[in-house]
Amino acid sequence: MRLTVNGTEHELDVEPDMPLLWVLRDELGVTGVKYGCGIAQCGACTVHLDGMAMRACQVPAAAAEGAEVLTIEGLGGGDALHAVQRAWIDEQVAQCGYCQAGQILQAAWLLETSPAPSDEEIDRVMSGNLCRCGTYPRIRAAIHAAAAALREG
Amino acid sequence: MTRAATITRRTLLIGATAIAGGVAFGAWAVRHPHDNPLAEGLGAGEASFNPWVKVTGAGITLITPHADLGQGAVHMQAALIAEEMDLEFGQFDTAFGPPDPAYYNRAMAAEAGAAMAALTPISAAMAEAVAGGAMKLFGVQGTGGSTSAPDSFDKLREAGAVARETLKRAAEELTGVSAAEMTTEAGRVILPDGRALPYTDLAAVAAEVAPVRDVVLRPSSEWRLIGRPMARIDMADKVTGRQVYGIDLAPEGMLHAAVRTSPRRGEVLSYDASAAAGMRGVQDVIAVTGGVAVLADNTWRAFRALDAVEIAWGPAAYPAEQAEHWEAVGASFTDARMDAEWRADGDAAAALSAGADVAAEYRAPYVAHQPLEPLNAVVLVTEPRVEVWTAHQLPRFLQQRVAGVTGHDAEQVVLHNQFAGGSFGHRLEFEHVTLAAEIANARRGTPVKLTYSREQDFATDFPRHIAMARGRGAVADGHVTAIDIDVAGAPVTASQMGRIGLGGAGPDTQLPAGVWNAPYGPEHFRVRSYAVPGLAPVSSWRSVGASCGGFFIETLMDELCHAAGADPVEERLRLMTDPVARGVLEAAAEMAGWGRDPGEDRGLGVALVESFGVPVAEIVEVTATEGGIRIDAVWVASDSGTVIDPVNIENHIQGAVVWGLGHAMNSEITYRDGMAEQSNYHAAEGMRMHQCPRISVRTLEAAPRIRGIGEPPVPPAAPALGNAIFAATGQRLREMPFRRHVRFV
Repeated sequence: MRLTVNGTEHELDVEPDMPLLWVLRDELGVTGVKYGCGIAQCGACTVHLDGMAMRACQVPAAAAEGAEVLTIEGLGGGDALHAVQRAWIDEQVAQCGYCQAGQILQAAWLLETSPAPSDEEIDRVMSGNLCRCGTYPRIRAAIHAAAAALREG
Repeated sequence: MTRAATITRRTLLIGATAIAGGVAFGAWAVRHPHDNPLAEGLGAGEASFNPWVKVTGAGITLITPHADLGQGAVHMQAALIAEEMDLEFGQFDTAFGPPDPAYYNRAMAAEAGAAMAALTPISAAMAEAVAGGAMKLFGVQGTGGSTSAPDSFDKLREAGAVARETLKRAAEELTGVSAAEMTTEAGRVILPDGRALPYTDLAAVAAEVAPVRDVVLRPSSEWRLIGRPMARIDMADKVTGRQVYGIDLAPEGMLHAAVRTSPRRGEVLSYDASAAAGMRGVQDVIAVTGGVAVLADNTWRAFRALDAVEIAWGPAAYPAEQAEHWEAVGASFTDARMDAEWRADGDAAAALSAGADVAAEYRAPYVAHQPLEPLNAVVLVTEPRVEVWTAHQLPRFLQQRVAGVTGHDAEQVVLHNQFAGGSFGHRLEFEHVTLAAEIANARRGTPVKLTYSREQDFATDFPRHIAMARGRGAVADGHVTAIDIDVAGAPVTASQMGRIGLGGAGPDTQLPAGVWNAPYGPEHFRVRSYAVPGLAPVSSWRSVGASCGGFFIETLMDELCHAAGADPVEERLRLMTDPVARGVLEAAAEMAGWGRDPGEDRGLGVALVESFGVPVAEIVEVTATEGGIRIDAVWVASDSGTVIDPVNIENHIQGAVVWGLGHAMNSEITYRDGMAEQSNYHAAEGMRMHQCPRISVRTLEAAPRIRGIGEPPVPPAAPALGNAIFAATGQRLREMPFRRHVRFV
């Protein structure tokens, strides 16, 4: 099968039902996508699939064939930081950091669909991403800051 | 006690030694040369030395032996060295360093002393046993008990100062200018004429000069870094996916392993691997201690093959049903089971002989740790040594445990400690690493990565201990006059030390934690604890005993204030003399606007708990909505002495509040048929974004010495929430998780 990850095309021989999470981590060495629960309860494996935030543990390899997969490694494009990543650094969000790639990709997708989200909207869209360290107050602040930065261009 | 005594007496001399290409600054320990894991990289006779700072022509490395579990320990340790050494961020690398007694934890030893002092009324022999046990457990290179900051604060600054002054001596040797006329800045020695000599250029000469040991630490007024917001050095990597965790490692030729061990912690009666053996990518299916492992070329293939293995499990050694656990706890408030009487101010029994104004029972359930990075370890076993890549809080004990599995000496086990994707006490345990070693030992020469599935992790998590309290109290003339509280539960210290192979813990200091040391002085105050044998094995869970004890005593206190008709803040203040504890309660009350009318269906609740030497006061505001209880805001005031980084400490306190609230609301482990009923986050999720309130933090600095903050903000969260719900609704919550009794939005 063929898979495009962060703009690079890969030729792979994997079972059609292998979750995209494990294709990325174990077959391609893209480890920014994390395994947390395997049942779409934690959001640590969040990626963008054709621009849509998805849980990679629930996407069979066959369903990702031909799609554009974006992971944290490709967000912002090359060495540049995405506005969400900059806000994350400004707000010093991460503690252990393990959930943060998923949080950031979910937040980036939120801001693409809603440039000035309310707290309620943030809660709704982000509540599928678990942070065991409890960085939620700073995630909220960082999303608002990133939204403002993106609006100002 | 001999080991504890040895550690206490060990003299650590901050000094320097030559290394290849430069100089290292650190601790000389009184040890035999062949003991030293760094010996390979050092010259003969220099082997009893362990560095915190290495300077060579190629660069500067700061050794940060405390594990980073997400709390920012690496950044904190590096900042303390950099403060005195005049280094800028970006001018150095960090490394965890090898397991070594030279990195032993001074603060944990001090905590053992505190426990000893608490027990003085009991008996000297008992106190000695407790302190000895604590020293055995933690008096080594350990990370836990909120000790990283207090352990590091003086000695790492001292190491930085020794490095700075010795580098100036090297510059003096090189230039003939007196070191007294030099200054240092941004990794360079500055001469009076303005010339700047980079430390890296001085490394070779510094290795030859006598190290300057009589350094004076800078006064706080001269600090450049401490007390100011810093950008954590791990932050950029953590927002770009570049941070590597143990689970991400993939050395050349590595095999992936998955394991299922008994969810009842018992025997494997039989298993059938015939369906798994032929599955794609599967290399082997082997029996391991208490379970079955699959080796494959991919994690998912290993997980899937393991699901195809049929295993029959033996019974559990603890009660099969949760109700039986509670029955055992409830039946343990007896003289025979009494562990210790921790406090006996006045005569509580006599004061309550005529009857109590409040009598209530409180419960705290088993709770899982479940950090988001599942337990994992990479192990490579060869004849001369065993290499282990994993995140661990007790490196020296880990070496011993792995050596016991593979038949090597502990010194042959090389631990490459890793940044952890959270811990909360989980990475104090050894089972996942010894299982990885067992599997890798069957495949010598091949690196093996064992990754726990979330289900395996939940099933075998050693949870927070279960506990129950029976409290009684009396009130008179609008005040609380007597408190008598008994706490019974599974003794966590004995359970945990038993797995390390150490016994003789004495009375469990964690069962009454947060209760015996409540900073209140009513006329009559008695605290007793009861150890319940035969329950499920348990472990330290962020804030350990105080996470239960704080809930018990602070809910009881709230009930007593209510019975007395007293204001919960004013009455607590009336009962307190310690100015540090008073300070945090007054600050929290001021922040929350305590005393105001919150309005209909709203309520404010307060709690104050001291744990790990740090008093923390929290006030929670809730609204009872049609959709359930909504937590609107939390105000937190803490006092752990000097604040190293105001932003990191705020983040850490907010996270601890989320941890305390989320588990009090939503999480428990219950046993059925000997197995944990909760298998993944859908059944025990802690807190999610939509339940997270605004959390305002104030960090006071009146405490005389620096303390750790990782755990102390956890215990007040649950009782403050419960007390707020009572204020809003009149419903008293005496059992966690609260969602058994109320609905949250």
